Amino acid sequence: MSPATTLTPPANAVSGETASNGIAIDCKGVTKHYGSGSSRVTALRGIDLDVRFGELMMLVGPSGCGKTTLISVIAGILDRDEGQCKVFGVDFNTMSAGQKTSFRGANVGFVFQAFNLLPTLTAEENAAIPLMILGESRGSAIKRARDMLARVGLGDRGRSLPSQLSGGQQQRVAIARALVHNPRLIVCDEPTSALDHETGHKVMELMREIAVGPDRTLVIVTHDARIFEFADRIAKLDDGRVQSITSGKGVASGGAK
Amino acid sequence: MIRVALQMLVGDRLKYLGLIVGIAFASLLISQQASILVGLAHQTGSFVRDTSHADLWVMDSEVRFSQDSLALSDNTLLRVRGIDGVQWAVPLYQGFLKAKLPDGTRMTAIVIGLDDATLIGGPPEMVQGKLGDLRQDKAVIVDYNALESKFMMKRGGGRPIQVGDNLSINDQDARLVGTYRASQSFFWEPVIYTTYTRALQYAPRERKLMTYVMVKLKPDADVAKVAASIEAATGLKARTNEEFIALTRDYILKETGILINFGLAVGLGFIVGTLIAGQMLYNFTLDNLRHYGALKAMGAGNGTLVIMNLIQALTVGALGYGIGLGLGSLLGQLVGSAGLAFRMPWQIPVLCGVAILIICLIASALSISRVLKLEPAIVFKGG
Repeated sequence: MSPATTLTPPANAVSGETASNGIAIDCKGVTKHYGSGSSRVTALRGIDLDVRFGELMMLVGPSGCGKTTLISVIAGILDRDEGQCKVFGVDFNTMSAGQKTSFRGANVGFVFQAFNLLPTLTAEENAAIPLMILGESRGSAIKRARDMLARVGLGDRGRSLPSQLSGGQQQRVAIARALVHNPRLIVCDEPTSALDHETGHKVMELMREIAVGPDRTLVIVTHDARIFEFADRIAKLDDGRVQSITSGKGVASGGAK
Repeated sequence: MIRVALQMLVGDRLKYLGLIVGIAFASLLISQQASILVGLAHQTGSFVRDTSHADLWVMDSEVRFSQDSLALSDNTLLRVRGIDGVQWAVPLYQGFLKAKLPDGTRMTAIVIGLDDATLIGGPPEMVQGKLGDLRQDKAVIVDYNALESKFMMKRGGGRPIQVGDNLSINDQDARLVGTYRASQSFFWEPVIYTTYTRALQYAPRERKLMTYVMVKLKPDADVAKVAASIEAATGLKARTNEEFIALTRDYILKETGILINFGLAVGLGFIVGTLIAGQMLYNFTLDNLRHYGALKAMGAGNGTLVIMNLIQALTVGALGYGIGLGLGSLLGQLVGSAGLAFRMPWQIPVLCGVAILIICLIASALSISRVLKLEPAIVFKGG
């Protein structure tokens, strides 16, 4: 898949550098602190991590280990304090707030633990939001959202409100929303923790099936060991550091296409 | 995204209705209280407005409002008539006199005496009888609309006075020969018209009795010049209808505290509206903060979110404004038909609209500041 829309990187970005070596996300020495003075907490302590194109990377670890902070930095919704982190060759810290917002809109898809679907919008309207944010007309956006909902198996539920859908169906709508604008990076925060085992398994199967591709990178934060099998690689974090990076079953099963 | 904003707004029915009700209440309070104030202000000038045959009113320089009867000497009339540019000048008596209805019901009435020859200064419309009937012996006319209230006989008559009834003014006989219809007046006292000569007979004996000289100018005369000439010749004050209306209105609004009271009510409507709308819109934003965060994370810029917030505020503002203004107008029709002061010129809906717009902007400013400060990272669970 090729990205539908990409933001022109800032002048100091090294676009293409990472693509040539197959690295989509390149983090070196990423540090992040919260608070100041005596209440200062260090969430990330010099994280080194790279994620390749076509790879499904899981960030795992106990609560408070920094995995959500790391995914927020990777997704460009949180600024790091030190170190370097390039996403598709672009360093968020060199961008203005507006540039970061535009970059996210065009290149990043989000799947949240609590789905975060707007309760008053239908499934197809929810799924169409990223396109509308990018300025696509409502009619066209809804049409593309409907197609994407069909791909996640909800072709007949486009006009349902989130409250009329099960948890698994809501998460599938959220996946459709994350994919509808064809982003290069998809970040997922505990995508299965609100779902039962069977539904969570189906959601992950769906993610592997339609979200993973040679031009796309998935980063999933989870502590749900039952879905580790879907990862290509698993980075285990603890106390703000990467403790280990191991291969998951995703590689063995041919997940990284 | 505008439609998304509206769907977010309408979807939360309770808050949506609460916001509309809050703003409608503010709109109702502002428009209704302002209309009553304007109505009262308008009523203060009803006597002068109904007696608009003249171009100038000559009066004592210390007169503060139209019912402030400070008498002039009789020769004022002759001196005014002699001034260049004056086509005609007639006397007018106005005074508060004791009146008694046929059954003995007593009251203080405003008695107005019209020039015997011309009856200039009379009410604008007769309901029963003719204005010329005032030339009959002891003839008086009263306000038709006040028959059921101010001229109701309470001491056994059990009915309003009617044409042909005898009444007394300052213990002198009078006979009702007709009724008229005039504009609603700010002043509560019942008004009785008669001729100038008869009014002087009713009035207590004083050296000076004439209250006003009503002056009509020649067609080519300059009002300001003639007024200046009258003032120079008589040492009195000559005012146009508009000046006399403004004098009366300003005095009553300031001296009675009406302006302050109604101004406070209008201000209260504004403050209450701002507080209700501000608080509810802010709560609405807080309830949707995760969704705003998600939109921000997904690439919605601050500008988009500000527009969404403004659209939401302006939508409830427009609806609340319309409903409040409609209710205010309806209420005005009801109180207006009951004889109470209510007047809504086009400026009131415009000013009320501006006030509601300001309320919406203030209310949404609170929400917008919250959304602008929002870190999109809140969409991820802490970990």
